[in-house]
Amino acid sequence: MIKLGVPSKGRLMNETFDWFAKRGVQLSKSGSDREYVGRVEGVDGVELVLLSAGEIPRELAAGRIHLGVTGTDLVHEKLANWADTVEPVAEMGFGFADLIVAVPACWRDVTSLHDLDAVAARFRADHGFRLRIATKYHRLVRQFLTAQGVADYQLVDSQGATEGAVKNETAEAIADITSTGATIVANHLRILEDGLVLKSQATLWKSRIAGGDCGPLIRKIRAK
Amino acid sequence: MSQLRAERARLLAVFEATGAVRVEADILQQADVLLDLYGEDIRARAYVTSDPLRGEQMLRPDFTVPVVQKHMAVSAEPARYTYAGPVFRYQDSATGRAAQSEQVGYEVFDRSAPEAIEAEVFGLFHRILAPLGLIASTGDVGLLRAAIDGLTTSEARKAALRRHIWRPARFQSLLDRFSQPVAQKVLGVGGQQIGLRRAQDVQERLAQLQDEATAPPIPAAEIAALTDLLAIRGKLPEALELLQALTGRLPSIATAVLHMATRITALDAAGVDVAQIGFEAAYGLTAMEYYDGFVFGFYAAEPGWPAIASGGRYDALTRVLGQGRAVPAVGGIIRPEYSLRAAIGSAS
Repeated sequence: MIKLGVPSKGRLMNETFDWFAKRGVQLSKSGSDREYVGRVEGVDGVELVLLSAGEIPRELAAGRIHLGVTGTDLVHEKLANWADTVEPVAEMGFGFADLIVAVPACWRDVTSLHDLDAVAARFRADHGFRLRIATKYHRLVRQFLTAQGVADYQLVDSQGATEGAVKNETAEAIADITSTGATIVANHLRILEDGLVLKSQATLWKSRIAGGDCGPLIRKIRAK
Repeated sequence: MSQLRAERARLLAVFEATGAVRVEADILQQADVLLDLYGEDIRARAYVTSDPLRGEQMLRPDFTVPVVQKHMAVSAEPARYTYAGPVFRYQDSATGRAAQSEQVGYEVFDRSAPEAIEAEVFGLFHRILAPLGLIASTGDVGLLRAAIDGLTTSEARKAALRRHIWRPARFQSLLDRFSQPVAQKVLGVGGQQIGLRRAQDVQERLAQLQDEATAPPIPAAEIAALTDLLAIRGKLPEALELLQALTGRLPSIATAVLHMATRITALDAAGVDVAQIGFEAAYGLTAMEYYDGFVFGFYAAEPGWPAIASGGRYDALTRVLGQGRAVPAVGGIIRPEYSLRAAIGSAS
């Protein structure tokens, strides 16, 4: 039995269901709407596993599911050397989100990472601690800033409402995902012109660890 | 395992024979001190854990910081310390290196002639490792610092370059930026005042940017000389000649080159065959940013092995940890797991 992991709720789940339906595979929640048990029609030997999108990378890497739908951002963040454990099967064309670095809009002098780095040095000298960047994407953001040569910053963990961190004075800048940028602007922030860390979208991934014959399902979705 | 224990004990005994005092350090270190010192990069390498009372803790990524802290607390100089034990670092799965590995180290805090102390430490490591037939590389971050100090440019630009000595890619991009006329900057549109950085701070930097806009580029001849400096490599005597020749074009390094000549004489006096020791002006610039002068490493030809030993001068680190009080410090570590493997390799 091939296990297919799909986000268990919300728009991401519905769009995933639609995407598979267009390709002749009907996914549905069985029983009540609140129950996390699913059904698969249109292809044999596939079992639907409903999971939080954030847990799907881990389950793929552990080989407990064979295929899974989740964002590029989550796979790259949560799996070190992700290419060793998972491979992308199809980019699904929804769930678009950019992981970006943003600063307060009132920082008129800061439009690039070069500026951010310069300001970080000064901030540390003035305040005695490193400029704080709030994010939940620690690995991705750290790799990005290291590669770009930004120093004298620290990451502070923010698992939600990250855009509010500057106003609340728990951080000086943020790194978060955005699709339209509206929340960024509403929170008096501005995206740095070279502050794009990663472009993400919902993607169907195959576990390199789980083994199993995913052929029938993959052929079916690729036929259309 | 017993072999490793014996190797550790052997190295400790050699260091103790110089009069070094054996010191211990906790495996759990206060994370904020290390984070403040090394920055976020250390989080990508060290194991961070936390408890509800003491907050974030780090599994000891090296001994240098706790040993310096210990020394700063007692502060009798000169002092020599030795230690042994495991350190913990994340490893890429690709390298196959262990996340927990052993180090035996030696640190000297001594205010007498810096070159003599450097020669003492290097000479000691060289003598210990001589039977293994390793390749020795050295460098001197002081040369690059002196070259930056001598550039015809603003203090702000020099500070920016100095700050990124240990990030070669960023250093190069700054150098490129400063070697051209300043590009017109389009400012952000502004917005509601939020966060700890005040409006006044923004105004100050805008004024700086305005000054910077008219700053002339660093002369091409100076950029070329600096680039040539970074490319210098060879055995010590040969590298010294190249450096001496370069002082014509880069007068600011003259004193640092004299220090290097003095060090070579001291190494020779310590019994090191200096014609066999490599020198690279860019050596050590990708290591963690606490070495700020003479640096060294010993390598086996085996691909994928870390340096079997490494060390150098780290005066700046003592200044940070000593809250203004600094002490000249030179030290290094040997990785006994690898010195053992190299010994077995060279015996067979």
